[in-house]
Amino acid sequence: MIQFTSKGIYCVPGKFYLDPWQPVDLAIITHGHADHAYPGMKKYLCHHFTVNILKSRIGHDIQVEGVAYNRPFHINGVKISLHPAGHIIGSSQIRMEYKGKVIVFTGDYKIQDDGLSTPFEPVKCHELITESTFGLPIYHWESVAAQTQRLNEWITHNQGFKKTSVFIGYSLGKSQRILNAVKDMGEVYVHYSIAKLNMAYSEAGIQLPPYHIVDLRKDTKQLDGKIVLLPPALLDTHLLQKIPNVAYAICSGWMQIRGARRWRSADAGFAISDHADWNGLLQVVKDSEAEKVYVTHGQTATFSKYLNEIGIEAEEVKTNYGEEISL
Amino acid sequence: MIEFATLINALDSSNKTSLKKEAIIRFLTFAPEKDKLWFLALMTGKRPKRPIATKDLKTWVLELTNIPEWLFTECYAAVGDLSETLSLLLPPPTERNDKSLSDWMEDIVILANASMSEKKAFVLASWNALNTIERFIFNKLLGGSFRLGISAKGLINTIAAHFQIEPSIVAHSIMGEWNPYDFEFDKLVRGEYSNTSLSKPYPFCLAYPIEKELEALGPIIEWQCEHKWDGIRGQLIKRNEEVFIWSRGEELVTAQFPEITDALRQWKDNVVLDGEILAAKDGRILNFTELQKRINRKVISRTLREEVPVVVYLYDVLELNGQDLRSDPLQVRRNLLEQLHQRNGDDIMQLSPLIHCADWTALRLVQAASREVNSEGIMLKKKNTIYYAGRKKGGWWKWKVNPMTIDAVLIYAQKGSGRRSGHYTDYTFAVKEGDHLVSIAKAYSGLTDKEILEVSRFVKQNSLEKFGPVRTVKPELVFEIAFEGIGYSKRHKSGVALRFPRILRWRRDKKAIDIDTLEDIKKLIP
Repeated sequence: MIQFTSKGIYCVPGKFYLDPWQPVDLAIITHGHADHAYPGMKKYLCHHFTVNILKSRIGHDIQVEGVAYNRPFHINGVKISLHPAGHIIGSSQIRMEYKGKVIVFTGDYKIQDDGLSTPFEPVKCHELITESTFGLPIYHWESVAAQTQRLNEWITHNQGFKKTSVFIGYSLGKSQRILNAVKDMGEVYVHYSIAKLNMAYSEAGIQLPPYHIVDLRKDTKQLDGKIVLLPPALLDTHLLQKIPNVAYAICSGWMQIRGARRWRSADAGFAISDHADWNGLLQVVKDSEAEKVYVTHGQTATFSKYLNEIGIEAEEVKTNYGEEISL
Repeated sequence: MIEFATLINALDSSNKTSLKKEAIIRFLTFAPEKDKLWFLALMTGKRPKRPIATKDLKTWVLELTNIPEWLFTECYAAVGDLSETLSLLLPPPTERNDKSLSDWMEDIVILANASMSEKKAFVLASWNALNTIERFIFNKLLGGSFRLGISAKGLINTIAAHFQIEPSIVAHSIMGEWNPYDFEFDKLVRGEYSNTSLSKPYPFCLAYPIEKELEALGPIIEWQCEHKWDGIRGQLIKRNEEVFIWSRGEELVTAQFPEITDALRQWKDNVVLDGEILAAKDGRILNFTELQKRINRKVISRTLREEVPVVVYLYDVLELNGQDLRSDPLQVRRNLLEQLHQRNGDDIMQLSPLIHCADWTALRLVQAASREVNSEGIMLKKKNTIYYAGRKKGGWWKWKVNPMTIDAVLIYAQKGSGRRSGHYTDYTFAVKEGDHLVSIAKAYSGLTDKEILEVSRFVKQNSLEKFGPVRTVKPELVFEIAFEGIGYSKRHKSGVALRFPRILRWRRDKKAIDIDTLEDIKKLIP
């Protein structure tokens, strides 16, 4: 029913692809991150919330159709439904049913409720196609409340030294989470690339706290002592140094490891992730009750070997996902 | 342990020296007296004996977490630090313990005499009462190396600035023998215990690499020129019939060089000397690889003494009969050294010969030929300068010969540790021997972060193994390896070992077929 091809994950009876990385006729997209939503598809199908993200990232002239969570529809006899994956807004697991067999592709997901994305919903299936970005038992996330407290303590510390607090995180998903977490700590400025995606949130009816837009090429004076959100692409540029008296923090699951924090030599690193941690991955696999698990990206070899050892048949498959991770 | 954990976190997560100093001063201001002493002890290598083997800690974590050993190995490879790996794998704590650093350290000291089951109970209870970063610190306190994000010199300077005293006084007093029990922090760093110990060395005077043209240094007559010998820089102390030999790494190496100890004991004067310990035979200085055979040996056998005889080349005299001579000009100290040598010297205690050249051009010729006498280059010391504590610009310069280089191909890669733990940064290189490749050197440094990312990606895409820390890589990437010396060795398959190998540059223009052959490389061995 499913083939792992050089273009993407192919549903044979349905004649459509899941998150393909080569041009195809019909692509069902789990979420709007660039490594899952490639340009060049004749038609895109995704959750309502993802529609505007795709248009803003790929182009406004693309042919794209939005569907709701938990509303099954049919393509070539395959029953398809989208279920919340909790990764970012609109992120979906894709459930496919054909002749009584159910396969679920998770895309990227997390179990934690970040307060913005529709919370993850477990789906039972015969075969599960899962990610494993943080598929090592060293990755355990703190609760969202504890994470928020850490961010706010750090801002307070910086304010004591009259420093500007800069947070660096992916512009889609992570930045909105940070914005939400630090809303009571002072005025927040966001890079315009983040503001562009904030729009997708408002259009989806998700209320974000107030923020200003900053153009680092022009104005940096007014940032003094404030909170600033920037995308990772700016990390290695001189723009970061234009902000005077700055302390900057990277928000990413990779920051769990001291070595990763030091590699980036940021002033702080916060292990805040939109992916599931080790226990989260295991929980999803177990809750799905799948007889067979395919691991698409991340710690594929390790995670599938471990699953096999605990009695769940698993194998790794080669995909193009996960390439965005460079933090 | 909150203050200490905050300090470690600050030292660890920033690369800004100003922030690190800020954190240390905050710690020195707020931490309890005993914690400060323990901090200093840990920073200067005065740690108690490791009470528990790391493998036991690992075993207990595997028991607690139920993860298989291979998975632990994968985690360790990703984290790059064993203490940290253990701390990250443990389940969240259910209790809270706010003991101070000194309380922890005293418990750890006592633990050395406990039974295995007592040790285990203590460690498990401690883990269950600490958060992740505290656990990491606790594991480090139990053993292993405690490398903080600041050098000993940086710490000494920070303390000195905070207490408004000379860095040399701080360095002098904390380098010697003391313990966190019977000493007071303020008195210790102010040097009030300084004369209590006969063994106490002075901080070494160090040189920066020369950065300008020789002519800019002024007339050559103002400079003392000698070879930069490639051995173990040592401080040799004889006070009240007792002899101590300190290495540059602030380690006492007295026992490893019995012949030097004997020779110095014969001296009629009480002295502190600066010199280079070298392997020498028949009046010729040997390659450093020879001297290496005598390092880190518990027992120095007679065979080894005969195989690798050592001498000292004396550079300087720092103290004579209790009088500190470091503020005298070098010229005066050298004269005195020559007199002392005449009175006391023998085959083992020799003077480092001076090089007399009429001008800089002549010295250039001597420098170029340094390798022929197994020297690393030339030392230039201004004759009118005092003996500085540490590295200071202007007085001393080192002028090393250009390194030798070979082109080699990357064959194994391993993830680094510390900040490099996420990437493949530790490489093994090979050269050609007939149709085969033979490993010749490991190297860690020399690439930019950007290049490391690129090599890492290549390794991931071109490696044979999926598990474990080492990846065998398709031999494709060619690098120019620089090194300071070469000798025969059994460590590498090639049968030769390079001294200080490092990556000079990535030769993207070369293919594996272009690399050097072992036969050619062996010709470099003196």
